[in-house]
Amino acid sequence: MSEHALVDIQGLVKAYDLLPILRKLDLTIARGEFVALLGPNGSGKSTLIRLLCGLSRPTAGLIRIGGWELPKESAAVRAQIGLVSHKPLLYDNLSAIENLQFFGRLYNLSGSGLQAHIQAMLVKVGLAKRGHDLVRTYSRGMLQRLSIARALLHNPDILMLDEPYTGLDQDASTVLDGLLKEAHADGRTILMTTHDLPRAAVLPTRVIILSRGVIGYDASASGLDALSLAQIYANVTSMVSAR
Amino acid sequence: MKTPFLRTVLSIVQKDLRGELRSRELVGSMGLFALLSILVFSFALELDRVAREEAISGVLWVTVIYASTIGLNRSMAMEREHGNLDGMLMAPIDRTAIFFGKLVGNLVFTLVVGFILLPVMTALYNKSLLDPIVISLLGLGTLGFATVGTLLATMTVQTRARESLLPIVMLPITLPMMLAAVRATTATLSGTPDDGSISWPAILVVLDVIYLVASFLLFEYVVEE
Repeated sequence: MSEHALVDIQGLVKAYDLLPILRKLDLTIARGEFVALLGPNGSGKSTLIRLLCGLSRPTAGLIRIGGWELPKESAAVRAQIGLVSHKPLLYDNLSAIENLQFFGRLYNLSGSGLQAHIQAMLVKVGLAKRGHDLVRTYSRGMLQRLSIARALLHNPDILMLDEPYTGLDQDASTVLDGLLKEAHADGRTILMTTHDLPRAAVLPTRVIILSRGVIGYDASASGLDALSLAQIYANVTSMVSAR
Repeated sequence: MKTPFLRTVLSIVQKDLRGELRSRELVGSMGLFALLSILVFSFALELDRVAREEAISGVLWVTVIYASTIGLNRSMAMEREHGNLDGMLMAPIDRTAIFFGKLVGNLVFTLVVGFILLPVMTALYNKSLLDPIVISLLGLGTLGFATVGTLLATMTVQTRARESLLPIVMLPITLPMMLAAVRATTATLSGTPDDGSISWPAILVVLDVIYLVASFLLFEYVVEE
């Protein structure tokens, strides 16, 4: 394992029945990186996120996060990760505060410290005035902001986002951009899957393109713009598909 | 590092009860189904008083079981719909605590329906079911059904045909439990003493323990993929 790698993946294979989704993947992510994980549908992006979150077991290979190994030390790994998915992972018939209280307790937070932290998170995501409203009355953008509050509640080192921009309008996407920049500025390591190439060219520090379960491209995002990334993406995905 | 087991269970139970008190979605649909069922059975058996008295424990348990499958399906579907189960699985908790949290919630909802049924059936069938032993049997039987049902609902909720699949999978597995529950209730209501060879309430307890241990061991594998 590299000395500075927060996430270390070696020879990762994931197959469903006999169908391989990830094929001997090697990847390291350093602390503080903001990585965009791109790729066509079925390329293995969400599978990789689920494996890193301990929601699925690898068929073969090694995953270490913060020095802990998956799936052996799954609880220790999970404590370091916050997950934002395209689904909100929130309960409709509870208010925002009740949802955050519930998930906070699952992360062993309690008492006045938890209450204060919930208030601070709601202010951060711009939902302080709607904290007592039931989540089922929230718009898609508000749900996604509350999802980020839920994911950051336990102050994780790593934020994993699985297509977080799905279904968001322009304003909500801009708000989400701001929240992600802030989370990154706070020193968090971020791994985000997305189909949004213009955003992937601007927000992250590194871009990885997965295609058919292998890494086809892995480079710094500096100097990239939406047009050049789209060109690289098209080349990589067509090249891997032709193999 | 892990959140304490009991604290996790209590948090899940509290969350389920709070949500249900607000929406009354589960107990409402289970209760309505149960009341309609016993009414239908009551009308169907109306002309034959003897048959009605003999069938009363069967009617009680069939109604409780079917009502519980409605509740179990909905209870687990709520965890799947917005990815909430993943939200819980992501937390640094013992994953079997999720099972026990959901089990307690499902047990409470089914018992509430069962306790509503007892006085209504007493009035409709002219036979008192408000007996401490019947109530204890209701608790033991419901625990077994809720245990197996919570485990199986976690599996079937991931399939497209979950509404129909749960009873198809659950009924054969819980058949011994249903048999023991019906026999024990019939013996209690008819005042027939135990014949000494088989103690149905003891079988209910043994089945509860077997179902609880098996579900405890299997739950983590069931939720992982």
